Amino acid sequence: MQTNGASALIKSLEHEGVEVIFGLPGGAILPVYDPIIDSPVRHVLVRHEQGAGHMAEGYALATGRPGVAMVTSGPAATNIVTPLADAYMDSVPMVVITGQVPVPAIGTDAFQECDTTGITRSITKHNELVTRAEDIPLAIRQAFHIATTGRPGPVLVDIPKDIVDPRNPASAMDWYWPSDDEVVSSLPGYRPTLKGHPKKIREAAELMLAARRPVLYIGGGILKSRAAEALLELAELTGIPVVTTLMARGAFPDSHELCLGMPGMHGNYTAVTAMQQSDLLVALGSRFDDRVVGKLDGFAPDAKIIHVDVDPAELGKVRRPDVPIVGDCRLVIEELVKVLREQGVGTPGVGVDLTPWRSQISGWQERFPLTYEPSAPGELLKPQFVLEQLRDRSPEDTIVASGVGQHQMWTSQYWHFNHPYTWINSGGLGTMGFSVPAAIGAKVGQPDRTVWAVDGDGCFQMTAQELVTASIERIPVKIAIINNAYLGMVRQWQEMFYDERYSEVYLSPDVPDYVKWAEAMGCVAMRVESPEEAGPAIDKANEINDRPVVLEFRTDAAEKVFPMVPSGLSNDEIVVDPSQQERPR
Amino acid sequence: MNLPAPSTVPVPRHHVLSVLVENKAGVLARVASLFARRGYNIYSLAVAPTHDERFSRITVVVDVESAPLEQVVKQLNKLINVIKISELDPRDSVERELMLATVKADPEVRHQVMSLLDLFEGRVLDVGHDELTVTLDDHPSRLDDLEELLRPFGIVDIQRTGRVALPRLERGPS
Repeated sequence: MQTNGASALIKSLEHEGVEVIFGLPGGAILPVYDPIIDSPVRHVLVRHEQGAGHMAEGYALATGRPGVAMVTSGPAATNIVTPLADAYMDSVPMVVITGQVPVPAIGTDAFQECDTTGITRSITKHNELVTRAEDIPLAIRQAFHIATTGRPGPVLVDIPKDIVDPRNPASAMDWYWPSDDEVVSSLPGYRPTLKGHPKKIREAAELMLAARRPVLYIGGGILKSRAAEALLELAELTGIPVVTTLMARGAFPDSHELCLGMPGMHGNYTAVTAMQQSDLLVALGSRFDDRVVGKLDGFAPDAKIIHVDVDPAELGKVRRPDVPIVGDCRLVIEELVKVLREQGVGTPGVGVDLTPWRSQISGWQERFPLTYEPSAPGELLKPQFVLEQLRDRSPEDTIVASGVGQHQMWTSQYWHFNHPYTWINSGGLGTMGFSVPAAIGAKVGQPDRTVWAVDGDGCFQMTAQELVTASIERIPVKIAIINNAYLGMVRQWQEMFYDERYSEVYLSPDVPDYVKWAEAMGCVAMRVESPEEAGPAIDKANEINDRPVVLEFRTDAAEKVFPMVPSGLSNDEIVVDPSQQERPR
Repeated sequence: MNLPAPSTVPVPRHHVLSVLVENKAGVLARVASLFARRGYNIYSLAVAPTHDERFSRITVVVDVESAPLEQVVKQLNKLINVIKISELDPRDSVERELMLATVKADPEVRHQVMSLLDLFEGRVLDVGHDELTVTLDDHPSRLDDLEELLRPFGIVDIQRTGRVALPRLERGPS
C-alpha cells in the first residue's frame, strides 16, 4: 500500500497500541500532525514541551505502558531534554518523537535545527535519526521494543521533515509492519538476560536460609518488572523484613507487618538501622544509590549482598555482591521462591529463627516512629499534618505524584502506600516541577482514580502552566501546594550546614497569588491557613471531578525533614527528630 | 649488527578493548562518549568493517585503572549497537600498528636513516630533496623504538594508525 512517512508514523503508533500522545506541534513536525486529525489516538496539547515529557512519564509510571511524547525540532527538542534525563535515571519506558529539519538541511544551522540525537545520546536508552521514510515503521517498533524490555528507559526517534511531508517525494513509501522476529533480528546487540542463573539462585537461597538479620532491600525494579505479588510471596514465605526505597514505595504494602518503610537520607530510623545492622541484604531491583547508602564504606558493614538486577552494569557498580544475579526481578523471585520451598523453608528446623531480629526491629519502631510537633493555635500549618489529612481523607488507592524537595520526602514518609503504581516521583534526577505534568499524565492513564500532586511552592512555579492543559483537556487532577515561601530543602541545608546563612532561598508566600493564578488557569482553588480549614477543603477538592483543583496550604518554613543522614556521613549517624534525640544509644 | 630487541609489553594501565559494533552512523560517537563523560582519554583508536559488512570492529586503547574500566565495559555492553566486547590481554593477542613518518634526511645522512629502516624491515615510501617518508607496520612497541631512533634526525611529521589486535590462536588441536 502506497503511503507517506507521516501517515506511516501515526499508523505505527496505532499498531503499537498507543492510546495517547502528549505533544505540541511546530514547523518540522507539522506534517505528522495532519494525520492525527483522522487517528483514534488521543493527543493532549501541552503548554511547554517539558510538560509533554513528564506527562508521558506519569502515564507510564501509573499504567506500566510506555508513555509517548511528540514535539518539534530545535527548542522543542531541547525542552524535552529534562524529561528524557529524568526517565533515563528512573528507568521509565517512554518513546519521544522529535521533528528534525529536512535531511538535506541537517548540519547547515537551519531554522530550529539542533543535533537532537547528539544532545540526547547520554540520557536515552537509545536514539535514532531516521533518514528514509520506509525506515519509519521499523524505527518505531524498535523504539517501543527497546523502551519496554530489559531495563526500561526512554527512546528518542528523530524524524526529518522531508521524509514525512507528503508534498516531498522523499516521503513516499510502501506501508509494511515488521514482525517481532524482524525487530529482534534488526537489533543484534540487544538481548536482555531475563532468566536468573539457577546456580546463583540456589546460592542466594542458601544465604537467605543462613542469615540471622536479613533485609529485603527493594528498589524500583520490582515495579518495572511487575513483581509486587511475587515479592509479597517471598517476604511472607521467609518472614524477612522489607524496606522500600523512594522508587519502590507501593511495591510492598506499608500496612504489612514486615514493611519497614523507606530507607535512605530521609528514611525512617528503623529502615535505615535495620539495613545498617543486617547480615544479609537481598537487593531486588535496587541500585545502592548514594541517597540510600550514605557514606559507602560505612554502609551495612556486616552484610553479605545478594543483588538481583536486569541490568548487569548495576551489579558491583557501587557495592560488590556476594551473589550477583542478572535477570528480571519477577522471574528471579519466582525461581527463588521455588528453591526455598524445595528446601522446606517455613518448616521448623529449616533456616534461622528470625524472631529475635524481628523483635529488635519492633523495638526501634516503637522508640523512633515518624514524629513532628503539632502547630500551636495561630501558628502556620505543619506540612506533616497536611500530608496526614490528605492521606486520610482521600481514597485508599489514590495516586500521588510529587515534585522534589522537602514536600517529596514528607509525602513519601507520611503517605501509606499499599498498592503498586500509586507513587509517581522523580527519584534519580530530582527534577523540580515534575509533579503537575506527571500527575496529569497519570490521570490520563488512570482516569477512574483520584490523582493528587503534592507540590512545593518552588516546584509549582516551574511547570504550573500545564494546569491550563488539564483544564482545557478536562483532566481533573488535584494539586496540594505546600507553600512555605522557601526553597525548603535548600533552606534546611543552609540552616543545618551553613550556619543559618540563607542564600537565595526565600520566595514570598503571597507572590504569586496561587489562588488567583490557579483560577486564571481554569482550576477551582482554595487557600488553607489553619488546621480546622484543612479537612473541609480536602473533602471539597476530592468531590470535584470535572476540573482541576488547587489547594494552597500555608505551612511553617522552619519545619525540617527528619530523620536525616547528613551528607557524607555513615547511616549510623542518622539524626532523628529533635523530640527523640535524648536517647541512650 | 643484531636487530633491536622488542621492548617488553605492556605499558602498565593501558587496556586494549576490541569492540564489535553495528556498522552505522553515530556508533563511534556513542562508544567514545562513554569514555569522555568519565574524563578517560582514548589513547588510540582504530575502526574498520569486519569480514561481515554489517559490523565494524573498534580497537580502542585506553588509559584507565581496571576497576573503573569494568564499569565502562558494562556500560558499553548496554549500547544497543554494540554486539560484543573483549579485553585483549597483550600477552594473549597479536597486535599490529602502522606508522608513516617524514624524517629530515640530507643526502649525507640519508643512508643512516635507510640502514636504520632496514634493521626494522621498514620501507621508504617517498623521497624528497632532504626528507624521506618511511613506513613500518609492526608491533606497537617496535614502532615506539623506531620513532625514538628517528627522532635525532628530525621528525617533520608522523602519523600512526593506533593498534589493531586479534586474540592469539590455540596452539593445540581443539
